[in-house]
Amino acid sequence: MTSPALLSASNISKSYAGVHALRDVSFELRAGEVHALVGENGAGKTTLIKTITGAVVPDAGEIRINDQVVKDNSPGRSKLLGVAAIYQEPTLFPELTVAENMALESEQRSLWRSVDWNERRRRAAALLEQVGGRFDVERDAGSLTMPEQQLMEIARAVGADARILIMDEPTASLSDEETQNLYRVIKDLRERGTGVIYISHRLEELPVIADRVTVLRDGAVVGTYSMDEMDPGQLIRLMVGRELSAVFPKREVAAGEIVLELQNFSNRANGVTGINLAIRAGEIVGLAGLVGAGRTELARTILGLDEADAGEMWLRGKRVHVQSPGQAIELGISYLPEDRRHHGVILDMSISANITLASLRNLSRLGRFDFSREREIASEYVRRFSIKTPAVFNRVSTLSGGNQQKVALSRWLAVKPSVLILDEPTQGVDVGAKAEIHAAMSELAAQGMAILMISSDMPEVLGMSDRIAVMRGGTIVRELNRAEANQQKILELALGHDAQG
Amino acid sequence: MNFSRYKREISVLIAYIVLLATVGVIAPSFFSAGNLRDLAMNNAAVLIVAVGMTLVILAGEIDISVGSQFAVCTLATGWLAKAGIPILVVLPLVIVAGALMGAVAGVFIARLRLPSIVVTLALMVAWRDGLRWITEGEWVQNLPANFQWFGLGQTVGQLLIVLVAIVLLIAFAWMLRHLNAGRAVYAVGSNAEAARLSGVEPQRILFGIFAMMGALVGLAAALNAVRFSIVPSNAGFGLELKAIAAVVVGGTAITGGRGRILGTLIGVALLGTIGTALTFAGVNPFWEKAIQGMIILVAVGSDAVLVHLATVPNLRFRKLQIEN
Repeated sequence: MTSPALLSASNISKSYAGVHALRDVSFELRAGEVHALVGENGAGKTTLIKTITGAVVPDAGEIRINDQVVKDNSPGRSKLLGVAAIYQEPTLFPELTVAENMALESEQRSLWRSVDWNERRRRAAALLEQVGGRFDVERDAGSLTMPEQQLMEIARAVGADARILIMDEPTASLSDEETQNLYRVIKDLRERGTGVIYISHRLEELPVIADRVTVLRDGAVVGTYSMDEMDPGQLIRLMVGRELSAVFPKREVAAGEIVLELQNFSNRANGVTGINLAIRAGEIVGLAGLVGAGRTELARTILGLDEADAGEMWLRGKRVHVQSPGQAIELGISYLPEDRRHHGVILDMSISANITLASLRNLSRLGRFDFSREREIASEYVRRFSIKTPAVFNRVSTLSGGNQQKVALSRWLAVKPSVLILDEPTQGVDVGAKAEIHAAMSELAAQGMAILMISSDMPEVLGMSDRIAVMRGGTIVRELNRAEANQQKILELALGHDAQG
Repeated sequence: MNFSRYKREISVLIAYIVLLATVGVIAPSFFSAGNLRDLAMNNAAVLIVAVGMTLVILAGEIDISVGSQFAVCTLATGWLAKAGIPILVVLPLVIVAGALMGAVAGVFIARLRLPSIVVTLALMVAWRDGLRWITEGEWVQNLPANFQWFGLGQTVGQLLIVLVAIVLLIAFAWMLRHLNAGRAVYAVGSNAEAARLSGVEPQRILFGIFAMMGALVGLAAALNAVRFSIVPSNAGFGLELKAIAAVVVGGTAITGGRGRILGTLIGVALLGTIGTALTFAGVNPFWEKAIQGMIILVAVGSDAVLVHLATVPNLRFRKLQIEN
C-alpha cells in the first residue's frame, strides 16, 4: 500500500548564528500523497521546505529526490527535479504582469530562447481559471489584492507541473469558496501522482485534504502520523508538548493604578479592530497570537506609527491621541521593536550613541551636546545589564545578538517610560541574555512600570505574564489570567479552536 | 492595444511633439535637412549608450563609468587606426575593449556584490585619470585618410551610423520583450530574491548586463570617433548623465523592473534636441541645462505620484489579509 518515496530528507540540521532552526530532521513524501507539516511559530517548517527547494543550504543531512541524492541544491536545480513551491511571504515580481509572473516560474528554457506571449497569456488564464482566480492576466502583479496574489501563486505552482508541490499557508487569505476550489485542485494533482507538502495553521483543513501529518517542535520532528488517527486537539497537544523547563524570575507585584487603557481601539488600515485592554502599573501583560494576528500592528498603532482611526486611548486617566513615535516617547511610551537588526539598534553606531538616541534632548544644554554625560549614562546601562563589551564607544555590530538586544532595551529605558512595549524581546537571543532580559523586566515591573510583552515564545508568555491577552484576526479574542493560562488554551484561542478543543 | 501600458511614453512623446511644433512655428529652419542631420549625428552615440543603460537600470543597477569607458574606447579607436590596422578590424577590437571594461565592473558588482554606484564611481575616475596619465592630454592626429567615415564619404558614413543605432535599438527592444534573457533582466530588477527562487541566476544576468553595456559603449565610441579627422583625449565627458537622464525621462524606474527601450528613444530625442530647439527659438542657450534638469524632475516627480496612487489600494487590502 505504500507508494514509493518521491522525496526524502534525512537528518537535516540548520542553525542561524548558533540558534538551531532545524535539528536532525527527517521527512518523507510519497507519490500521490498530501503530507501536512504543522508546528508553532518558529518550529522550523519554513526552513525545512527551503532546504528542499534549495533556497537554504542545510549544515548537515541530505535530500533525495526520486532516490537520487541532490547535490549542490539550488532553486534552479530543484526546479529541474520537479519541485515547485508557494512560499509564505509573497515572491512575486510587482512590476511585471500576472502572465509573466507565472511564466517565470513554470517555463524552464534557456536564456536565448524566445518568449511566446500569446501562449503565456493563454496558459496563465487557463491556470487561473483552474484555481478559481477571476482577474486579468495583463494586470501588474503589484496591483493585486492579497487573495488574488495568493491565487496567482497557487496557479503558478500548479502550472509548474511539478512532481513535488510545496504549499506554505496557501489558504491564509482565501475565502471559503476559493479554499474549496483549492482542495479540488490538490485532489486532482494527488490523483496524478504529485506529492504535496502542505503547511497550514488552519488545523481544521487537515482532515479534509491531508493523508499524513508531520509535527515539528523547536526545529525537531515530534512524529509523523496518519491523518486518520489524528484530530486537531491531539495535534495541538503534540505541537505544544513541551515541559516548562526554564525558571522565570517572575516577581509578584501588587498591581497599581491603570496606566494605559484602550477602548474599542482600532486601525482599519492595518486590521486592528476593537481592542479593549488595560494595563496597570507593575503589571506585565503578555500578548500572544500567531504571526499575522495583528500584535505588532497593535503596538504600531499605540505608538502612532500607524494612526488609530477609532476608539480611545487613555494614559493615566487622560485621553490621548498619538500621531507619531516622537509624541509617544514624550508621553512616556517606549517600544522595543521586533526586528532588532533593522529597527532595534543602529549597528554602525557606538553603544553609547545607541543607548542615548531616544533621549538626546536631555543630553544637550544650550545646543551643546554633553558627551561625558552620554558616556556616564551608557556605562550605567552597560553595568546594569552586564553588556559584554570592552568599551561603550565600540560599535554595536561587534556585540552578540543578546547584547545588542540589551543595548536596544537600554535605549528605551533611558527615556524613563511609564509604559514599555516589548515585541519579541528575546527572539534569537542566547539563553544567558534571555534570563537577564527577563530579570530586567521583573525589576522594571516592580518599580511600577506597565509592560506589554508581545511574544511567540510560549514558555516566556506563561512564565513572565501576569495576564495574557490572545489575539486572532486583529482583535483580542480573550484574556487569561496567570493561573488559568496554559499552552494548550493559548494555542486553541490563537488558532480559533477553543470551541472544539 | 493597451494604451495604459504606454502612458509614460505617450505623455513624454506629447511633450516632445508640443516642443517641436512650437519651435516649428517660431523658427521653421529648425527642420532643415542639415540641422536634423546634425542632431541625428550628435545623438546617435548617446542613443546606443542609453540603450545599454536601460538594461542596467531595469536590472536595478547603475553605471556611471560609461563616459570614461567612452573616452578609453575613443582613444583606442584612434591608436589602432593610426597603427595601420584596417578600420573593419578596429571596430570589433574596440567593442571587445569596452566589453572587458564592463566585465571588470561586472565582476565587482555581480560576483563580489558591491553596490554598482560605488564600483562604477571608482572605475569612472580610474579609467579617465588612467587615460590622462598615459596620453598627457594629447590628441591623436595624422590619422590615415580612410579613418574618417570609414573611408566611405560623409553621406554614406552618416547613414551607416544612424542605421546601426536604429538596428541596435530595435534589436534590444525585441530581445527585452521576447527573449528569456530580456525577461530575466526585468525579473532581477523587480525582485532579485524571487528571481533566484524561480531559478534565474541574478549574478549571471548582472555580469552579462555590465559586459554588454561596455560593448555598446565601445561601439558607440568607435562610431563617434570616425566622424572627425582627429581623436580627442577627453571624449564622453558627461555622457553617463546624458544616458541616465534619457532613460529616466523615458519612463524606466530608477529602482528597476519597469521601463522600455521605446521610452529611452523618446528620452534621448527630447533631451538631445531641446538645447538646439531653444537656440532656434531664441532662448539663451545658457538655460539649456536648467531646463533639462527641470524635465528630469517633472518626469521623476510624476513617477512618485503614480507610485503613491498605486500603493493606496494595497494598504486597503492588507486589512483583508489579517482578518482572514
